Amino acid sequence: MHALRLSPPSHTSSWLALIAFCTTLWIAAYSHLIEFANWLISLFGLDRTTHLGEALHFFFYDTPKVLLLLTGVVFVMGIVHTFFTPERTRALLAGRAASVNYLLAALLGAVTPFCSCSAVPLFIGFLSAGVPLGITLTFLIAAPMIDQIAVVMLFAMFGWKVAALYFTFGIALAVVAGMILTRMNLEHLLEDWVVAIQKNGALSIEMATPTWPERFASAWASVKEIVGRVWPYVMVGIAIGAGIHGYVPQELMATLMGKDAWWAVPAAVGIGVPMYTNTAGVIPIVEALYGKGAAMGTLLAFMMSVVALSLPEMIILRKALKVKLIAIYVGIVASGIIVVGYLFNIVI
Amino acid sequence: MKDIKVLGTGCANCRNTVKLIEEVAAERNVAVNLTKIEDLPEIMKYGVMSTPGVVVDGKVVHAGGVPDRAKISTWL
Repeated sequence: MHALRLSPPSHTSSWLALIAFCTTLWIAAYSHLIEFANWLISLFGLDRTTHLGEALHFFFYDTPKVLLLLTGVVFVMGIVHTFFTPERTRALLAGRAASVNYLLAALLGAVTPFCSCSAVPLFIGFLSAGVPLGITLTFLIAAPMIDQIAVVMLFAMFGWKVAALYFTFGIALAVVAGMILTRMNLEHLLEDWVVAIQKNGALSIEMATPTWPERFASAWASVKEIVGRVWPYVMVGIAIGAGIHGYVPQELMATLMGKDAWWAVPAAVGIGVPMYTNTAGVIPIVEALYGKGAAMGTLLAFMMSVVALSLPEMIILRKALKVKLIAIYVGIVASGIIVVGYLFNIVI
Repeated sequence: MKDIKVLGTGCANCRNTVKLIEEVAAERNVAVNLTKIEDLPEIMKYGVMSTPGVVVDGKVVHAGGVPDRAKISTWL
C-alpha cells in the first residue's frame, strides 16, 4: 500500500501483479474472520457465553468483514464505473423508445458512478439531452438504492436469494415510480432556471477513453475516497448491531418486527426515510435484527428507505425541483418501498 | 497566466480539487487565476454532469472526482 502511494504502477502487468497479491491477502484474511474474533475476545478474558462477550465477538467479526467486503466491492465497481460515465449513460438514454428506457434507466442507475452532490448537474444534463422527466427520476431513484455495495453485502451476509430479491424489487420500484411520475405531468414543477437552461440543449464534452492503468488507478482512488469517507458510519452501524446482538432479547424483536406484526413495514420505512447513513453502515444493523427474529422483508424495506431517500439529497435537489415535486417524489418512493416490504415478507 | 475554474456545489471533493490545484501550481511555480464556481446555473453552462469539473482557459478538461496530481500538471 505504501509503495503504491509513492508511485502508482504505470503498466497493466504491474497492476495485475499487485491486484493478484492483494486478492490473495484478501482471501486469506476473509477466510479467518471467526478465528480472529475468537482470539481477540480471548485476549480480553471473555468468551461467547456472556452478553458482553457475544457483543464484542460480533463487533470484532463484523468490522474486518464489512471493511474487507467494502474495499473489494468498491475496487471492482471502480473499474466498472470507468466504462459508464454519466455522459455515456445519457447518450444511451436519449432518443429511444420510452418503454425500454425505464428499465434501462434503472439498470444504468445501478452501474453509473453517482454522488448525491452531482445529482442536480446530472438531472439537468439528462433533461437537456431530451431524456424525459419520468425516466430521469427513475435513474435518480435507482442510483442510490440499487447500489453495488448493498447487493454484494446482502449476498455475503444472507445469500444470493436475498440479494437477487433486493435487486429485482428495487429495479421494479424505480421503473414503476418513474412511470407514475411521467403520468402525472410534473414538468411545471421544475425551477424556472432549469426550464430555461434545458431549452439550450445539451453540450457534449469530449473525454479521452481511459487506458487500463488509468482505470485501475481510478478504482484505487475510489477505494481511498469511499472507504475513507464511510468507515465511521460502518463502525457506528456495527457498534449498534453488536449492542442488539448481545443484549436485545430474542422474543422482543420477533414480536416487534416479526412477520405477524402488520404495521412493522410502514413503521420501519417511517423510521428509515429521515435516517441518513450509507449501505455499509446499515447492513450490520439489519444482520443483528435478523438474528433476533425480525422479518427479512421488513428489514429490506428499512434498508431501502434509509439509502434511497436522504435529506441531504433532497436539499440538493430542491435547487432544481419545486417543493411539491420533491414531496410527490418522496411520497411515491416511500409508498413503493412499503409495498415492496410486504411483497418481500410474502416471498421470503 | 492560466485561467482555471473549478465547478462544484461545495462538496468535499470540490474543496479538495481547489486545494490540490493550488498546491501543484505552487510547487511548479506556475501563476494561475483560480476561481471556484458554486452557482448551479453557471456550472450547467459548461455542460458538466458530474462535479467537481475543471475548466482551463474556457475549456472543460475534467469532470467527476478529484483529479490526480499528474493530470493537474498536464494542464499547467
